[in-house]
Amino acid sequence: MLAFIIRRLVQSIGVLLAVAFIAFAMFRFVGDPVNQIVSIEASAEERAQIRESLGLNDPFVVQFARYVGRAAKLDFGISYQFRQPVTKLLGERMPATLELAFVSAVFALVVGIPMGVYTALRRDSWLAKLFQAVSLVGVSLPTFLIGILLIYVFAVTLGWLPSFGRGEVVRLGDWWTTGFLTTSGLRALILPSITLGLFQMTLIMRLVRAEMLEVLRTDYIKFARARGLTRRAINFGHALKNTLVPVITITGLQLGSIIAFAIITETVFQWPGMGVLFLQAVQNVDIPIMAAYLLLIAFLFVVINLAVDLLYAVVDPRLKVTVRAA
Amino acid sequence: MPYVTQEEAKASPPTVATPAPGWFARVMDHDLMASFLASRVTVLAALVTLALAVLALFAPLIAPYNPFDPAEVFLIDSLNPPRWLPAGDARFLLGTDDQGRDLFSAILYGLRVSLIIGVLGVLMAAAIGITLGLVAGYVGGRVDAVIMRIADVQLTFPAILIALLVDGVVHALLKGASREDTAFGVLVFSIGLSFWVQYARTIRGSTLVEKNKDYIQAARLVGLPPIVIMARHVLPNVIGPVLVILTINLGLAVITEATLSFLGVGLPPTQPSLGTLIRIGNDYLFSGEWWIVAFPGLTLAALVLAVNLLGDWLRDALNPKLR
Repeated sequence: MLAFIIRRLVQSIGVLLAVAFIAFAMFRFVGDPVNQIVSIEASAEERAQIRESLGLNDPFVVQFARYVGRAAKLDFGISYQFRQPVTKLLGERMPATLELAFVSAVFALVVGIPMGVYTALRRDSWLAKLFQAVSLVGVSLPTFLIGILLIYVFAVTLGWLPSFGRGEVVRLGDWWTTGFLTTSGLRALILPSITLGLFQMTLIMRLVRAEMLEVLRTDYIKFARARGLTRRAINFGHALKNTLVPVITITGLQLGSIIAFAIITETVFQWPGMGVLFLQAVQNVDIPIMAAYLLLIAFLFVVINLAVDLLYAVVDPRLKVTVRAA
Repeated sequence: MPYVTQEEAKASPPTVATPAPGWFARVMDHDLMASFLASRVTVLAALVTLALAVLALFAPLIAPYNPFDPAEVFLIDSLNPPRWLPAGDARFLLGTDDQGRDLFSAILYGLRVSLIIGVLGVLMAAAIGITLGLVAGYVGGRVDAVIMRIADVQLTFPAILIALLVDGVVHALLKGASREDTAFGVLVFSIGLSFWVQYARTIRGSTLVEKNKDYIQAARLVGLPPIVIMARHVLPNVIGPVLVILTINLGLAVITEATLSFLGVGLPPTQPSLGTLIRIGNDYLFSGEWWIVAFPGLTLAALVLAVNLLGDWLRDALNPKLR
């Protein structure tokens, strides 16, 4: 087991280094960093001096090593457009994005799994067919259209829920702000998290349905029926439990894309998160923010992947055995 | 084979006399066609796709106005509701947008832009993916390792994020050019770079299998250069599954383009795609002008849904396991 974890750790570090390389290449070669710092009238000597003081004349490998070293200390440089440290800008907006992503993931799981189980057990009922049709539409509709639709129905026409912002937030500790503790904060979370979670929800529903149909055909389910166990015990105790391994994988892998897709949802709902910041950076060619965001997503992805691998061993005892044998 | 008596066999005309079936009969007789016609949803999806493609292709002929001709657009006509509403104007079927452009015409032109970018983007992704996949599979060794590790790293990022990054970086590199001139090409390029991995993996897998077959060994013995072997002998035998990926990815590519344009990093309002139109319409949602966002949105949804249904069907129909 330990060897397995170490191998995965080495792989993860490899991925992170590769992404850091891309981020550094962007940082260094797209747009001259010197131009972003000095004024237009600066003389050639001044430029050369700044170039030297920034270490831009050092060999490429040295510069890359320095970049990685700084990134490890969470120093990503100064944003071109805001003239503030990138770390501070991202840190301020991170709680909003993480809370949104968390609620979306919970929504996707809590709604998606029961829908998947239902459509698998009552395959021919009209409700199951409706769920299937909805899931197809959910896969085909772009995220921003779903958001616009929800805003039009629930915010503009019915006026039930707010259409933008986080509502009132409460400050916890040094830098974390939460919308979980106020009514307006919770209400503001509803529409964005449905928008963001809908795609993952349909994905999970389809997955659970397919897995359930597969498992229900197996011998040990037939045996459980023959033993006279109740339907409930068979369906939920035996069948559902065995569909959870792929569900954990997909949910884990999707968490990364939830955070990335938050860019779109945050734009639609004017949610003050990292996605909006990243989008502004793309529009204004603010390379330090783009590079840092790229690294952040890669880091989250790697961490989530590791966690999923570890969870596997907990959920599926067979894996523990094979890993030990290997 | 039905049972035929000797007398009947004598009486029946010689088989030579029946002419070879034409291409239409052959198409109609094919397995794929039978499975196509058996699914009503698929036929409907094909019809919708075809109708939208025709509308897009002949947009300049069908559209009642040219939304890009300043001589035909008047600000005084702006924000007209659709024709069937009380305040509607008979000249504008689906109403007008904030600049007085006929929405129906703008949608036709937008559909055209969206479809062209989607198709070109998917083709570019396929070209990159097929080339890299062939080279990785055929050459093997270190080349293979490098290409496939790049693919692995790229797979950790959602395509939309890659497209956004490529878009930002390319625009930064093309500082001098105006967004209007470069947006189209940059979008195709971003989509191409975001979706190549799937093609590369599929092609590499089949190339690894084909590589060791006798006909490739024979081609090598004859002394053909590797590039000729890859292009003329391996490629035709591994290209099959690409068709399915192309269809499935077309929907994704159209969504990606629309999303980038909606986010304001795609096409500018002067040459709007469906995404740009939705972005414009979104600003008027709160003041009650719902039609500016609703009709482009419906068109986009119909297009993507139809293409996705076709892709799903094609995947199942060509999957030997499900036959």
